[in-house]
Amino acid sequence: MDKNRTTSKVQELTFEMKVKDVMKRNIATVNPTMSVGSLRDILQKKRISGVPVVNDDKLVGIISIEDFIKCIEQRDINALIEDKMTTKLVTLFADESLVYAVLKFEEYGFGRFPVISRKDKKLVGIITKSDILRGVLNKLETVYHDEEERRYRASHIFNDIVADDVFLKFQYYVEGKNFDKAGEAATGLKKTLYRLGLSPEIVRRASISTYEAEINIVAYTEGGKITAYLEPHQIRIVFTDKGPGIPDVEKAMISGFSTAPGWVRELGFGAGMGLPNIKKFTDEMTLTSSIEKGTHLETIIKLSDYRNGE
Amino acid sequence: MINLKDLVEKLNLKVVSGEVDRNVSGGYSSDLLSDVIANAQKDDLWITLQIHINIVAVANLQELAGIILVNGREPEEATLKKAIKENIPILLTDLPTFEIVGKLYELGIHGNER
Repeated sequence: MDKNRTTSKVQELTFEMKVKDVMKRNIATVNPTMSVGSLRDILQKKRISGVPVVNDDKLVGIISIEDFIKCIEQRDINALIEDKMTTKLVTLFADESLVYAVLKFEEYGFGRFPVISRKDKKLVGIITKSDILRGVLNKLETVYHDEEERRYRASHIFNDIVADDVFLKFQYYVEGKNFDKAGEAATGLKKTLYRLGLSPEIVRRASISTYEAEINIVAYTEGGKITAYLEPHQIRIVFTDKGPGIPDVEKAMISGFSTAPGWVRELGFGAGMGLPNIKKFTDEMTLTSSIEKGTHLETIIKLSDYRNGE
Repeated sequence: MINLKDLVEKLNLKVVSGEVDRNVSGGYSSDLLSDVIANAQKDDLWITLQIHINIVAVANLQELAGIILVNGREPEEATLKKAIKENIPILLTDLPTFEIVGKLYELGIHGNER
């Protein structure tokens, strides 16, 4: 990785990551009516340089080690925190992008910012420069590992094959009523797609929708098969089974509707969320079913961000 | 960011599988697997009373930080084997869901606001 590339990756990360991803959550707070002297223990034990002042869950100020030292100089350590704290507060929202935090540190030169939730304005954490540094470094490490993994990818295959149409086909067989093996097809597909260098989001959507359909085959049918076709622009997955078929497809698509028997529900399935989940995680979904032939489900996930070779 | 190892120590969780030196970004509690699939997020800690093998598949697919089994329940043998193979942390507690979620919340593990 050359220097420019690293810099831009860090910039990208500060946009992607949120304040809540790196902030400290388990923080010490003080009450406005406590004495400044009582800060000594907190500052010393926790080795921190500033404490948010909170009244009834509401952030009312912040008091720093500088304020504390000033009071010692003026022999005024019995003063109340509320009279010595900074009330001109600059805060960050937990869901704000990290890049805003970086900008605020530059703009104000403060050592720390309290973090509040956008919804109820309650104090949820505190963020310092070192939290940002640690967070970004941790994330970079993960990104680096992902990059390593991607080196094994075979996505360039599509570029090297000369043909009018190319697809890779993966076939999985699913046993009916065997919950011990349920999920193996989805897990296998997930590993395969990762190996082929598809983006984590695409892999997630493909494997989650496949898992739901796989569970349906296990729970309701005598078994079936899952065929995934990876094409340069999309993943198409076909699920077929040996029956008995869905009597009312429209009804089955309603969230919460379920015909699952008790033993299926006891395992935590059968909440009537399977088919709606499949719809949610795919771009296209076609479901046909007949009582004699069984069920045929086709899903498509578009690969707009497919990395073919670079 | 909170490390799973710290939570294990503070809440006295019994680790039966998986590497616990990893980040936890939030928490999700549900015993319905489809619900977890639809609503949990990557690096969440999942609190459940389900102990059969499919919890490992769900944790694997969602890339969850780990699974806490409540009420002193232990994973089935097949679940444990699979979790060890897939390196999914399974943690045990005698507490019921409500109690362990409360303690996690106090330690800074929150749900994802939607």
